[in-house]
Amino acid sequence: MIHFEKFSLANGLKVLVHEDKSTPMAVVNVLYDVGARDEHADKTGFAHLFEHLMFGGSVNIPVYDEPLQIAGGENNAFTTNDLTNYYCQLPAENIETAFWLESDRMISLAFSKKSLEVQRKVVCEEFKEHYINKPYGDVWHKLRELVYTTHPYRWMTIGKELKHIEEATLEDVKAFFTKHYNPANVILVVAGNVDLAQIKELAEKWFGPIPAGDKYNRNLPVEPKQTAPRFLEVKADVPLDALYKCWHIYSRTDDRYYIADLMSDILSGGGSSRLYQSLVKEKQLFSSIDCSHLGSTDEGIMVLEGKLVKGVDIKVAEAAVIEELNKLKLDGVSVAELEKVKNKTESAMAFEDMSVMNRAASIAMYELLGDADLMNKELDKYRSVTSAEITEQSRIIFDENNCSTMHYLSNN
Amino acid sequence: MNRKIAPPIVDAVNFKLNLKPYDLFTLDNGVPVYTVHAGAQEVIQIEMVFYAGNSFETGSGIAAATNFMLKNGTSKKTAFELNEAFEYYGAYCNRSCYNETAILSLHSLTKYLDVLLPVMNEMLTDSVFPEQELDIFKQNTKQRLSVNLQKPSFVAGRLIDSYVYGDQHPYGKYTEGEHIDALNTDDLKAFYKKYYLQGHCAIFVSGQLPANLLPLLNTFFGKLQLSKPDYKNISIKTNPVEQKKYRIENDVNAVQGAIRIAQPFPNRHHPDFKKVVVLNNIFGGFFGSRLMANIREDKGYTYGIHSYLQNHIQETAWMISTEAGKDVCEATLEEVYKEMKRLREEAVDQDEILLVQNYMMGGILGDLDGPFQIMAKWKNIILNDLDESYFYDSVKAIKETSAEELMELANKYLQPEKFYELVVY
Repeated sequence: MIHFEKFSLANGLKVLVHEDKSTPMAVVNVLYDVGARDEHADKTGFAHLFEHLMFGGSVNIPVYDEPLQIAGGENNAFTTNDLTNYYCQLPAENIETAFWLESDRMISLAFSKKSLEVQRKVVCEEFKEHYINKPYGDVWHKLRELVYTTHPYRWMTIGKELKHIEEATLEDVKAFFTKHYNPANVILVVAGNVDLAQIKELAEKWFGPIPAGDKYNRNLPVEPKQTAPRFLEVKADVPLDALYKCWHIYSRTDDRYYIADLMSDILSGGGSSRLYQSLVKEKQLFSSIDCSHLGSTDEGIMVLEGKLVKGVDIKVAEAAVIEELNKLKLDGVSVAELEKVKNKTESAMAFEDMSVMNRAASIAMYELLGDADLMNKELDKYRSVTSAEITEQSRIIFDENNCSTMHYLSNN
Repeated sequence: MNRKIAPPIVDAVNFKLNLKPYDLFTLDNGVPVYTVHAGAQEVIQIEMVFYAGNSFETGSGIAAATNFMLKNGTSKKTAFELNEAFEYYGAYCNRSCYNETAILSLHSLTKYLDVLLPVMNEMLTDSVFPEQELDIFKQNTKQRLSVNLQKPSFVAGRLIDSYVYGDQHPYGKYTEGEHIDALNTDDLKAFYKKYYLQGHCAIFVSGQLPANLLPLLNTFFGKLQLSKPDYKNISIKTNPVEQKKYRIENDVNAVQGAIRIAQPFPNRHHPDFKKVVVLNNIFGGFFGSRLMANIREDKGYTYGIHSYLQNHIQETAWMISTEAGKDVCEATLEEVYKEMKRLREEAVDQDEILLVQNYMMGGILGDLDGPFQIMAKWKNIILNDLDESYFYDSVKAIKETSAEELMELANKYLQPEKFYELVVY
């Protein structure tokens, strides 16, 4: 059970406080309700590029990192298709430094030309390092375009192509800031060795004077229901053939999300999971196989990815995968198997909650989903999933017409 | 309120840091058990450290394969059943193999300990190394290797270690396909017998510990033919190669180069070590370092550049590592050497020293947050044959290292001709 208190400022900023007196540290987590899904299709990768620019100085403070480091703190940030999250951890005595820094970059950035020029290059190198100069690096790019025809999950957070990042202008940066970086679009979580009264005072002092700005109203195109199987074959300079299959699943706030989540664990969560045991160990068709989902806010996808044993025909491997899915559809799961994946979920949650930084981030993410207290109710939701629900959902999700398949074949 | 002025801070450099002490028990067979009881979650981590790393193997890959196969079958349980025994309780039993040591670890909710320890006992007394399991392991390891060999960072990492330590040294050798082909169950069984059944072991336990921890551990591990480690380092001489500069083409279509620059460096017992850690932080040890500020934040040549001392026990290396755009690799190298020169010739000013001091002290304070992190510090100290003074002296080095000392150390070590230089395209 994670305890927290919640209040709002007049400008719409939501603040959640989680006290933990066992640590000498404090964590300040600032979540902006904007991600790659809010980008224009011709200017992708922008939310993430913008995250880099948030460290290039703000209206009153020339650089972000140095004052934080002087205060004994460290920080980082990440962008997903759904959100942008900034977090820092520092000795609790120095927490006001974080309020000073975070509030200033919420007022306005410095919009330095040099910062934009450099970070465009840095992000291009990040793109190359993770998605070009690496075997199978473009897989997600291709999969997203195959699975999503309409919803902006069609592109990756890093962006569709280098060109979009190279062409970003300072005007784009300013417009993005005005549209999304307002108190009304923010969830601030403060955790660690702090007091609620102290945080109320600091929040009012540093964030209270920031003008509310306009609340961004998200109105994204809805992905139409897929009605026929999709298929893509790719040939690339990779050593092994690989099979990818994707199915549309539910949004993060749908109760059926928990069923789908447990289903992915039954299929591939560990050495005793079905796909690993059957396809890697017994039939030896794959050298690795994994089935997971992205946990995205809007309707997400379940993704199966496997590397084939050299010499195995991909059609044979794929047929074996389908056979395993059919077993799930027809025979369902045993009580013990379902209990196993529920226990795994419980244990994973306990380990995740060990770090105050993780707790702060979780509070922010669940609040973004609508209610931070959801975090404390999830285990019950997992516990209440039944075998019958798994069987039912496996038939709905693993429907051929809901599936996109990619054969990523070796040129060699 | 003037937003241009930073709020007052407490300088972290003045903090008094404490490393929560461990408790030490000894099992009936002499195996030491180090414990740290802390944390709010009802979870536990048990690490059984065996002196069974690749330093002891007679053929490349034997130590890692033996370690991996501990979970692939006993006379009573198949690999599947072993996996299920842990996974049913939401627990993780992992294996990892290093140069000196190899570890069998358990992460679990504390309440399931008494059903899981018997399974670990079974793995450590009755592993049978089935032929078919080894064949699958070999096939999948070779396939993974073939993918990794297409990654410039992987290739660069292997090569630089082989230059610095020599390709026959445990720290410098690497496994090729033919080594994997040569693995056989006889060699693995012999290695298991010598280094696990009759091996040297130390146990590290952290988290919420049950009241009966010691009797439990004694029941399942105290009767085995294990003995305590002597922690003295098995010294195998390194044999660095002659040639210092390398350019390797791994992929004609590469858009980046993996850059590694390294020089041999003494281990943690050397008097310079703790102060060099401070110098390294200024040079390339964190986001605000000179290398990051110049090569990423000013030039935009890379997504990240880091320098660090490798985590080895006997001897180590001081390493600089980055992936940079193919057209700016040479320019990146030039800037790295420029930063070395600056540190040799210009005294680091007091503001920068204070920043790094505060940052490092805040970092240690954050690192000590939680039982697993505290134990990680202790484990490192113990396995390196050090004691708690290493921790307190390191803190002292952060607080006291002067600009003059930093410059002296830079002149002693940050000399380009001492470094191996490699770019893999």
